[in-house]
Amino acid sequence: MKIFNQLKGLVVPLDRANVDTDAIIPKQFLKSIKRTGFGSNLFDEWRYLDHGEPGMDCTHRPLNPNFSLNQPRYQGASILLAQENFGCGSSREHAVWALDEYGIRCVIAPGFADIFFTNSFKSGLLPVVLDVHTVNQLFREIEATTGYRLVVDLPAQTVTTPDGIVFHFEIDEFRKQCLLNGWDDIGLTLRRADEIRAYEIRRREETPWLFA
Amino acid sequence: MAGKTLYDKLWDAHVVHTDANGTVLLYIDRHLVHEVTSPQAFGGLQLAGRQPWRRDSMVAMPDHNTPTTPGFTTIDDPVSRLQVETLDDNARRYDLRYFPIGDMRRGIVHVAGPEQGATLPGMTVVCGDSHTSTHGAFAALAFGIGTSEVEHVMATQCLIQKKSKALQVRVEGEIGIGVTAKDIVLAIIGQIGAAGGTGYAIEFAGKAIQMLSMEGRMTVCNMAIEAGARSGMIAVDETTIEYLRNRAFAPMGDLWPCAVAAWRELHSDPDAVFDRVVVLDAAAIKPQVTWGTSPEMVVAVDECIPDPACEPDPVKRSGMERALQYMGLQPNMPITDIQLDRVFIGSCTNGRIEDLRTAAAVIQGRTVAPSIKQALVVPGSGLVKRQAETEGLDRLFKQAGFEWREPGCSMCLAMNADRLLPGEHCAATSNRNFEGRQGQGGRTHLVSPAMAAAAAITGHFVDVRMF
Repeated sequence: MKIFNQLKGLVVPLDRANVDTDAIIPKQFLKSIKRTGFGSNLFDEWRYLDHGEPGMDCTHRPLNPNFSLNQPRYQGASILLAQENFGCGSSREHAVWALDEYGIRCVIAPGFADIFFTNSFKSGLLPVVLDVHTVNQLFREIEATTGYRLVVDLPAQTVTTPDGIVFHFEIDEFRKQCLLNGWDDIGLTLRRADEIRAYEIRRREETPWLFA
Repeated sequence: MAGKTLYDKLWDAHVVHTDANGTVLLYIDRHLVHEVTSPQAFGGLQLAGRQPWRRDSMVAMPDHNTPTTPGFTTIDDPVSRLQVETLDDNARRYDLRYFPIGDMRRGIVHVAGPEQGATLPGMTVVCGDSHTSTHGAFAALAFGIGTSEVEHVMATQCLIQKKSKALQVRVEGEIGIGVTAKDIVLAIIGQIGAAGGTGYAIEFAGKAIQMLSMEGRMTVCNMAIEAGARSGMIAVDETTIEYLRNRAFAPMGDLWPCAVAAWRELHSDPDAVFDRVVVLDAAAIKPQVTWGTSPEMVVAVDECIPDPACEPDPVKRSGMERALQYMGLQPNMPITDIQLDRVFIGSCTNGRIEDLRTAAAVIQGRTVAPSIKQALVVPGSGLVKRQAETEGLDRLFKQAGFEWREPGCSMCLAMNADRLLPGEHCAATSNRNFEGRQGQGGRTHLVSPAMAAAAAITGHFVDVRMF
């Protein structure tokens, strides 16, 4: 698993609630059997003016100039700021892979959909929940300041603005350690293989129909 | 001490290990696999030199990419074809229980699985698909996972989880004629919002829920995720037990009475405490229609499209304005004035036999309006299709001008060739009205099968209760 520790990055705003994973990576790109190759199709229907299909060379496709990711001032952004219920809908982890490959390492929002939230950690993408007032304040500051950067510090669980204002965020301790250490959680679970086998023996006795 | 909720009972029975901070290793009984979210997981397994922990827990079938054209023999799109062939290969390599193209049992994983009895009460069920919440209708703890977790379950039979909070949604009283499970769940989402269930496991309860068939209960649980909840569930009763009797994967012989006795415990105790309770009056629920680009943007068929100007929350207001612009609709316009281009009856929400029966019953010798370019009926599985044909429903649909298709996910997410063109309005019995969900620029209105059938005949939405 990819390590996340501290990040100082340019912030790109996406001022919408309920950004769903169909919007993050449209279905036609899910036909791939690989884990890579999704970055240029991130937000495909919002980012480009034509219809995208897998295998297209995206470098010459017409860009939507009104979409924030396309604006010159946000090029090179590694932090995405969004509204409530980010990543809702389909469980496709391709959404996280697309964000990661584009270069986004952290998404800040007032709330995330549960499946997207879980998936994020698997690629070392940090989802940070800040309250809606703070998020709205950040949207205003980004709008007003070109080159607006935030510092996201996972060990300290803080987000710091260019003015030095510090916001604290909560994170589950286990997930935090996984990100900080880049742990492979399948490897961690397999250390408990004996416990899993013991559970199976007990359950097979109690509920044999579950093991048919 | 307070009693246990159904969710507590399911959770507690599957805990393999609890860490000091409350992180749990949760055992998974059933793993459903389809072609879209599994190739990278199988790839990861192979790369690490691992074998599936318990292959008999897995049931696999292709559904998202499969063509629905009658009598198809091959998948034209080479990218889709490769994905399905990759599942064929993996099923062979790991010797999985597999329903390939051509197998009558194949269908949408959330229709075909329960049909085989592969989902049993008391199970934990996962699949790399958010609509896995469907299986909670059987008092199972069922939720969607991403591809990394798919690999985790394959390799370890477990998932690392934190317990959610418990939300009870109680639908009291009885629904009226012409109102269905789909209307109940859309009304719930309208009330609590698309993120209303985030962080919760929902238990649906109340008389209106108890009176639903298993098909109806699956429709309700299917859309728990559209309210933000990873899982939705309903207690076991006679309806559950009768549905499962003699299903292929259900316990047989001496095991059956033992299983049934255990299943009868799968309900919330009378003194169980929920973190939150929401109550709806079933009698007040009317046929629902979504007007926007989130399932929470829903009103009753006899209402008008809401006016963003009346919305005090600025984020919500701009979301509504954006949705209306995308949908090409005006505030305060009656829902029944929305003109439709296509109609889609099917999906893991409403592709079961009861759904096709209700839709067919609405038609009654009438025909699809000339303004409708296409009206599709896509059964949820091969067995649903065969049953419908035995009952003559296919003839009713075809005579009315509907196309009768092969099973699959089809136009719910338009990964195969079935899709909307930009600007087209579709009455769909599926679960998501997101921008571009049914095809780039397509405009989806979520409704029940009965409402979709009535809309196909009139060319616009109509209150099926007056139809």
